[in-house]
Amino acid sequence: MDLALLLLVSTPLILAGLGELIGQRSGVINIGLEGTMLMGSLVGFWIAGASGSLISGFAAAAIAGALLSLISGVFTIRYGADQVVVGTAINFLALGVTGLAFRRIYGQSGQLLASAELPRFFGVDAIVWLTFFFIPFVWFLIARTNWGLVVRGCGEFPKAVDAAGFSVSGIRFQAGAVAGALAGLGGAHLALGVAGSFAEGMTAGRGFLAIALVTFGRWRPVWVATAAILLGYAQSLQYSLQGKPVLGVQVPSQLWLALPYVLALIVLVVLGTGTVTPQALGKAYTKER
Amino acid sequence: MKRYLIVFIGLFAILVLTLAVLTPNVGQSLLLLSQGAFGDKFGLSRTFVKWTPLCLAGLGIVVAWRSGMYNIGGEGQFVVGGIASGFLAKALMGSQPIPWPVMALILLPSSVLGGAALGWLAGWLYIRRGVEVVISTILMNFVAIQILAFLVSGPLQEQAKKLPQSDRLVSGLPKFDAQTDLHVGVFLVPILACLVAGFVFYTKSGFQMRLVGANARAARANRIDANLARTKAMAISGGLCGLAGGIEYMGVTLQLGQSFPQNWGFLAIPVALLAGLHPIGVLLSGLFFAAILAGSRNLAGFTADGTVLIYVVQALAVLGFVALQVWQNKKKRIEEDV
Repeated sequence: MDLALLLLVSTPLILAGLGELIGQRSGVINIGLEGTMLMGSLVGFWIAGASGSLISGFAAAAIAGALLSLISGVFTIRYGADQVVVGTAINFLALGVTGLAFRRIYGQSGQLLASAELPRFFGVDAIVWLTFFFIPFVWFLIARTNWGLVVRGCGEFPKAVDAAGFSVSGIRFQAGAVAGALAGLGGAHLALGVAGSFAEGMTAGRGFLAIALVTFGRWRPVWVATAAILLGYAQSLQYSLQGKPVLGVQVPSQLWLALPYVLALIVLVVLGTGTVTPQALGKAYTKER
Repeated sequence: MKRYLIVFIGLFAILVLTLAVLTPNVGQSLLLLSQGAFGDKFGLSRTFVKWTPLCLAGLGIVVAWRSGMYNIGGEGQFVVGGIASGFLAKALMGSQPIPWPVMALILLPSSVLGGAALGWLAGWLYIRRGVEVVISTILMNFVAIQILAFLVSGPLQEQAKKLPQSDRLVSGLPKFDAQTDLHVGVFLVPILACLVAGFVFYTKSGFQMRLVGANARAARANRIDANLARTKAMAISGGLCGLAGGIEYMGVTLQLGQSFPQNWGFLAIPVALLAGLHPIGVLLSGLFFAAILAGSRNLAGFTADGTVLIYVVQALAVLGFVALQVWQNKKKRIEEDV
């Protein structure tokens, strides 16, 4: 098993998963993560290509992701609309807008578009390195800073946060923006680092998988990242094991593709529900009048 | 009634706005769109062929969401419905052609059962293991799609073993006209919409489901088994989405391939939402989106944007609908305060 490849394919998942973790810790479940990633892929690829600078590509993708999160936040956080409904709409919006924009910008020429290669250190690109340094940072942010404490409060018992003088919606907006920016970065890395190109609907369910990862990893940064690598491993098995028999049985490639999802499902079933779930997850908070 | 009028005008406004941004000439695009959807028998057939799975899956979404279960797995249940009927079709494929009514009576119930099983499983995982329905159904979608891809290049593959697809169904649902695709399955849509409406609004089970969806604690306080109501709702929801798959297989595609799921399960979510989760409303909102889907084919030749048009319109429609709900709730609260 090629370690570099494994780290490469799991990086978009880790980034999006860490983002979703921060969002969920604040009590907001972002079903629109898939769309946010896709938006990041297109914006990252487009800006990196147009400006010739990979850094501005990633920066633009992060901004686009944060903006998309803020749009859904206006509905879910500010006005208390249903998070699943709005997230579904965000997914459709991103799917439509990226499809339209891609054709508008690049036409239907069908030419193979390739992005510039990311700088590599010791076999993996810079974003992979940054992501791995980022994992303990997210842990520190959530577990050891004041901001992290308030974010967790918003997810567990927003009333207390409100009583302590913080704005629950404000904090949720901040967490949502960070979550969106990370998802955008994940999408950009998928386009610029993993695929080297953009294709319509290229996230292919990675955003949804990242949502499942957060539950899988029990809302803890290191566990979420580990789970992402585990699923990345399952995903990369299809490349290395395709056509080879496993324990004497020929496993068809399509079933390898299904493996990460089945694995995520099984883990969720085995772990079941627990007290680690943020208690106010998915619930809108309305200030008492 | 006023609310339906607002929704209708809003939908139309969103469509016009989207076209205004995306195409050079709104009037011409609207004309092309409506011609593509209703202009001739081909357009009408296209519209109602798309209306059928949209509404059937939409009805499924209505039942689940009414009981507070966010079934996003319509796509996977649709696929499993297709797979279930595909298996039986393969088993029944002999030397003697079986008349279509017999075929339909065997295949369609199996597609319902297939979809229902998947829906029930998601419900069971929620009540027993606490796995959020949103997450489990999303994961099941991917699993179902990959299993379909495996089956059509494995056990269900055509006799010729060339392409990843199943053999063509000999006795599919009859079509009204040799030139168009519209099949008799379309009649099932209004019938089922009425059945679902009757179930949701006029039966004890339906009432219990709605109560559980509105306030699970109140339901439990009244000795209603919330878990039972939820799993039942998920099974019915899955069954309807599975039926959509079975009908699509028997009426339109006649064979299973990797392109069998055309996002019907996802597209049905806005259909159900815009209908205000009302079974009869699904028929109307389904018609709106089916017409855009069918008509955008006409636009595609001009702007290349037609196929993704539906996503943008659906997203804006849902966000607009949410905004409308927020606004109405706010108004109600202010009135209560006064």
